[in-house]
Amino acid sequence: MLVLLPLAIGDRPFELRMATLVFLFATMGQAWNVIGGYGGQISIGHGLYFGLGAYTSALLSFRFGVNPWLGMPLAILLPAVCATIVGVPCFRLRGHYFVIATLVVAEAVFQIFTVWDWVGGAIGIEIPVKREGWQNFQFHRDKTPYYYLALGLLVLVTGGIWWLSRSRLGFLLRAVRDDEEALRSLGFSPQLYKSIAMALSAAILGAAGTFHAQYVLFVDPFSVLGLHISVLIALFAILGGAGTLVGPILGAAVLVPLSEYSRIAFSGSGRNVDLLIYGFLIMVIAAYQPDGLVGWYRRLVGSRHRKGAPAKGET
Amino acid sequence: MSEQLILQLVVSGLGMGFIFALIAIGLTLIYGVMDVVNFAHGEFIMLGMYATYLAYVTWGVDPVISLPFVAALMFCFGLVVYYLLIRRVLTGNMQSQIFATFGLMVFLQAGAQFVMGADYFAVRNSWLSGVVRLGEVVLPVPQIAAVVGASIATVLLYIIVFRTSVGRQLRAASQDAQAASTLGINVSLMYALAWGIGAACVGVAASLLSNFYYIFPRVGAVFVLLAYVAVALGGFGSIHGALLAGVLIGLLQVVVGFFVSSELKYVPVYLLYLAVVLVRPRGLFGRS
Repeated sequence: MLVLLPLAIGDRPFELRMATLVFLFATMGQAWNVIGGYGGQISIGHGLYFGLGAYTSALLSFRFGVNPWLGMPLAILLPAVCATIVGVPCFRLRGHYFVIATLVVAEAVFQIFTVWDWVGGAIGIEIPVKREGWQNFQFHRDKTPYYYLALGLLVLVTGGIWWLSRSRLGFLLRAVRDDEEALRSLGFSPQLYKSIAMALSAAILGAAGTFHAQYVLFVDPFSVLGLHISVLIALFAILGGAGTLVGPILGAAVLVPLSEYSRIAFSGSGRNVDLLIYGFLIMVIAAYQPDGLVGWYRRLVGSRHRKGAPAKGET
Repeated sequence: MSEQLILQLVVSGLGMGFIFALIAIGLTLIYGVMDVVNFAHGEFIMLGMYATYLAYVTWGVDPVISLPFVAALMFCFGLVVYYLLIRRVLTGNMQSQIFATFGLMVFLQAGAQFVMGADYFAVRNSWLSGVVRLGEVVLPVPQIAAVVGASIATVLLYIIVFRTSVGRQLRAASQDAQAASTLGINVSLMYALAWGIGAACVGVAASLLSNFYYIFPRVGAVFVLLAYVAVALGGFGSIHGALLAGVLIGLLQVVVGFFVSSELKYVPVYLLYLAVVLVRPRGLFGRS
């Protein structure tokens, strides 16, 4: 159905853009979920890896004329390597110390990028416009290919995470979240599994960053590296349900349209009605329904059909 | 380099440092009593600054006069946040606690932008503006006021926490909530008080800050990030630690801002955080 959707809305740029963004943000939420949801290591600095992916792709194209497809492997690898390096010190920290460390690292890189001329400083980089087509990863008249690219990325990532969540690594990751000490006493290294999850998470965000850079053909620190990007990435997964496979997709499917339509309703006055609603929802969910929308749905379904039987799920 | 310049840098660094310290003390007080990090702490600063600004432009009340009222207002706001939101997540896991105050942060920031717009405001020509000249040395009044005001507030806080019966109960609840409750201390009330006092500290900081800093919806982010660093550096829950670390950070960022680049002035502060927590994962004065 999603494959055919563009036939219906292909000539309506607004809806097409919105659907593309839903897929992109759902992918980003999935990436956050790998470490934040399954691994329980809450990061509010994940915009860093998205930004590094976007910047790598943009810089390769802008400075060296490298084709985005060729740049993509590097744009995936570089954030993953950086995440591993950042993880070495940060994963020694627990709880709040870790959350603050992720925030601080992302903010430091953000500030460096705003003054670093070679990467465009605060002004950013415009990616050179090329002839449209698949080989250049650029489509100017009809944006439908972007829709399919984003959908493909989401399907690929979701499939990968589904497989991961049932693999040995998935179980070990959840063990890290639930009881790190127990895992350590069994002779496993929580640090290792956290690092792998972090690298995977960053790699996915690198791919998403590449897509974003080629989609809007522009990167600057505020739009891809800023704190609010990190906040958004975490938001989609948390609202939908951290640590569940459908959570980030659900979160993005609710939040992106909310954001786009509220922007129209308030005629782009920059009043941030969408964030007002997000923030409110997150508070309500944290206080009343810690499992997110997915948990709420499960509770509804569970109480109707199974009369209080424990909800079955992938967490 | 001249002595005036050094003195000016020190005053300006101390002005910021004492503000950071006051914000950090509010944060560490809440953490110390109930192990919750308030990620909306920066937005409390923002609210206090808007309150100061609105009192100034609508009724012409100078920040010096409105300061106690802003502090009282923020105290009440802290209580409301505790009773409506925090109390509900206290028994939950750490994740839902983080999400709750994280949601509050997003909500308050967007709320401010919704009501006030994204414009920058400033309190102009308040009583605490301009400079004083001591011979060759020219010192900014707002920064001196920040040092004096924040010091007074800190001393008051120390008296409340370490010299009164309420403070004893607060500390008892923070050391062992169950034991305190057996001794007849109303622990929930102590938690509420910690939020109230923590928010009031921020109210004082915000009021002093609005004499020399622009007011906009995201203003809290800058200060709160440094307050987290101060709290972590000092050791979560340690009031002395937060005070010392806040002042240190204030001096460090002014020195880096002057000698290296004003855009990068916070980067070394962040690096300092990473360096310290790596060597001492619980900060300089942290409890294990």
